[in-house]
Amino acid sequence: MEATLEKKYTFKDFASDQEVRWCPGCDDYVILRSMQKALPEMGVKKEDVVFVSGIGCSSRFPYYMNTYGMHTIHGRAPAIATGVKLANPELSVWVMTGDGDAMAIGGNHFIHVLRRNIDLNIVLFNNEIYGLTKGQFSPTSLVGQKTKSSPYGNTQPPFRPGELALGAGARFFGRIGGNVPKDITQMLIEAHQFKGTSLIEVLQNCVIFNDGCYSNITNKDTKEDKQIYLEHGKPMIFGKNRDKGLVLNNLKLEVVTIGENGITEDDILVHNAKEKDPTMHQMLVRLEYPVATGIIRSFEDVTLEEREDELTRQVKANSKFTKTNDLFFSGEIYMVK
Amino acid sequence: MLTEKMELQPEVLEAVVIRFVGDSGDGMQLTGTQFSDTSAMFGNDIATFPNYPSEIRAPQGSLYGVSGFQVHIGSVEVSTPGDNLDLLVAMNPAGLKTNLYALKPGHTIIVDTNAFTKKNLEKAQYENNPLEDHSLDNYRVIQVDMTSLTKEALKDVEGLDNKSITRSKNMFALGMVYWMYGREKDHTIDFFNKKFKTKPHLIEANTKVLNAGYYFAETLELIPNAYTISPAKMAAGTYRVIMGNTATAWGFLAAAEKSGLELFLGSYPITPATDILHELVKHKHFGVKAFQAEDEIAGISSAIGASFAGDLAITTTSGPGLALKGEALGLAMMMELPLVVVNVQRGGPSTGLPTKTEQSDLLQAMYGRNGESPVIVIAASTPANCFDFAFQASKLALEHMTPVILLTDGYIANGSAPWKIQSIDELPEIKNNISKGVIEDWHPYTRNEDTLARNWGIPGTEGFEHRLGGLEKDKVTGDVNQAPENHEEMTKIRAEKVKRVQNYIPDIKTEFADSGDLLVVGWGGTYGSLHSAVKQINEEGYKNIGFAHFNYINPLPKNTGDLLSRFKKIVVCELNNGQFAKVLRINFNGIEFLQFNKIQGLPFGNNELIEEFKKIVK
Repeated sequence: MEATLEKKYTFKDFASDQEVRWCPGCDDYVILRSMQKALPEMGVKKEDVVFVSGIGCSSRFPYYMNTYGMHTIHGRAPAIATGVKLANPELSVWVMTGDGDAMAIGGNHFIHVLRRNIDLNIVLFNNEIYGLTKGQFSPTSLVGQKTKSSPYGNTQPPFRPGELALGAGARFFGRIGGNVPKDITQMLIEAHQFKGTSLIEVLQNCVIFNDGCYSNITNKDTKEDKQIYLEHGKPMIFGKNRDKGLVLNNLKLEVVTIGENGITEDDILVHNAKEKDPTMHQMLVRLEYPVATGIIRSFEDVTLEEREDELTRQVKANSKFTKTNDLFFSGEIYMVK
Repeated sequence: MLTEKMELQPEVLEAVVIRFVGDSGDGMQLTGTQFSDTSAMFGNDIATFPNYPSEIRAPQGSLYGVSGFQVHIGSVEVSTPGDNLDLLVAMNPAGLKTNLYALKPGHTIIVDTNAFTKKNLEKAQYENNPLEDHSLDNYRVIQVDMTSLTKEALKDVEGLDNKSITRSKNMFALGMVYWMYGREKDHTIDFFNKKFKTKPHLIEANTKVLNAGYYFAETLELIPNAYTISPAKMAAGTYRVIMGNTATAWGFLAAAEKSGLELFLGSYPITPATDILHELVKHKHFGVKAFQAEDEIAGISSAIGASFAGDLAITTTSGPGLALKGEALGLAMMMELPLVVVNVQRGGPSTGLPTKTEQSDLLQAMYGRNGESPVIVIAASTPANCFDFAFQASKLALEHMTPVILLTDGYIANGSAPWKIQSIDELPEIKNNISKGVIEDWHPYTRNEDTLARNWGIPGTEGFEHRLGGLEKDKVTGDVNQAPENHEEMTKIRAEKVKRVQNYIPDIKTEFADSGDLLVVGWGGTYGSLHSAVKQINEEGYKNIGFAHFNYINPLPKNTGDLLSRFKKIVVCELNNGQFAKVLRINFNGIEFLQFNKIQGLPFGNNELIEEFKKIVK
């Protein structure tokens, strides 16, 4: 479908006539605009795009896109999107979800869609809080976090979405701040191009119920020192002065300074997103300092629909049945006169 | 080794009921299926009833591990698997103990005496060996050392372990029964050749044991070839024996071909519905997409996605699974997408009686969702017409843009019967509401004036991009609209749309009497039991007893009220605690509905129904 595109779209073509109703200052606006800018770059027809969401602030997303879309029920978007994609593998199918939708009520569908590796794109808006129900802790909220349902502090340890996803077999995992529209746009395009299930975790700030939860990581002034933006094939270097890097020491990632203790750039690990073995990717998603962003894993594998297509092709080639009558009148039938 | 306790004269019978019972690993289901298929091909009408425990391999010899398969064959119309047995084949003491109650006095028991060991008798809680204590004097007992005879027959076959030898003794029993009823062995031998294609020693072994049983019965001449059952008078045509669940699956295949849509099944295994999944996964050659999901919710959710994308989408389950699907079904209703949900009912509540039959999900099907959430509810009533109603469910879903719940039950789903094969060419057309071409001012909620079905815009088609959701929608654009008047109007439109289906379904007809003293009312899988009981009571001289059996529950056929008003008394017979009676009371205030209910996980028996009807009309 990409090669035959005649129309040239702009981001306006993807904006629906519905008024956007997120809170002023919400990162969701950034993600929406990034998506509307990414789609014209993907070379996909508007009518071939389907957005599927569950319940939550992020799940209002499909209403704002002038494509096909479904705003469904809590947690089920991955399963519904799976049906859409299996019914028509030509479609570009996007699941827009949040931390509660994907990892609490929809946890089962979330892990199974990743396991199956169907060619869907999942964008996870992680704000570490329930926004639409007005401020309860979520499965990514921190221990001790005070929320409306944990006034004395949250006692439930969180999931790290990347860790869960890689454990479930995710082939593509990217993490990105919610305040960097150009980087989000680029990552969405790469997720679209990736064949298989892609998952993007957006560190999305909730201005009302969890404001500033990522400010330490994503602030313009500090982000270069607190984040390591990973790129495939490039050394794992970060810092304002590009003088910090990651090495492996005793099976753990360790931050070193280039130029100190005899460390040179050659000692720094090189990021291999395409490695099949997810061990290094797991270490990267678990890092607390620096926080790894960028495309952490991008391992291309056979997709579910490719396996299904191949089986269907084989069965059709070997079957004597083309119409249901062939089946109905086959085998042990008998006449009554 | 073998004793004759009663003299028997050869006789010609209209029908006989045979039950094969043994341990759940004894192959009783296979034995019964082979006998019923062979009889159907001989031209008999048949009805079958498998009855097995929910444990796959319950402890050997235990009372609760008994697996049974009952078959009713006749030269006359047969509509139930029958109440009382003419022949009981018991492979062990537990089977004898738990099934003897059903055998008619004076009739025949075949037992494997080798299985009547001290240990097995204890497990079956027999204090004395019933083969020795005269407790079976009222029956004709044929004692056969089946296990040793099977071993003897197989002594020259190479490559068999002890287990395979013992396990083939069911074929010895089948061979004997084939000879008794003058059946040919060919069908079963063909079956061995196919099933064990790559294991020739098993073909040889099973064939030898089948023949051994057959010739044992013949050459010892101790069992007269007493029973002949002529072919039944059935409508001319091409037939095959079909199980209810297979018929359901095939109805969907036919609907997909007829509608020109691809078939998508999203499902999660659950007894007794799983055989529909097993059947549909085979048919990739027709382009069937059968998806085994991670849970019941994903089963229906994936089907909703496929429906949105333009497939004929279905999901299959049983009671507990329908409960899990409730929220998603409400979504499909709200988005007004075509979807068929099959509920093969089993005994509830909760996990209940997974392998037993019941009709207790009717109210769940009708009302088991949040909000005002009407869907079409229909029910199949025989193994063979599961085909028709699966087809019809698909047709209604597509033509009216709504979810349809198709209710079957464990009894008709696992039962088999002759099916006059429906050629695809004889089936009615299936239309759909798919939007095509260029349409000015297109909206997803613009409706067909007659059916109120909305437009179906399919992803991939230019110009119909739209967003749907579970939030209340504007009555035209489908955009979110939670205005008070709009919500009330949409609620009424959704109800009216389902109500108007009345204009597209057949009137309900009565059998045996159009008006009179008593109307027997049933629905779904009890058709066979109720039909034969009402038939019999009319033959016994009671007049004016009519029978009305419902396949369309929501909406009810248009003429229902008129029909009900023509009888003095009405009794609603159900395998639940009165759910359809409640539905009728809601709809027909002022009419008195008597109830006859059975909640034992078992179908109605003929005698209990007739007794009840007689009590009512007396």
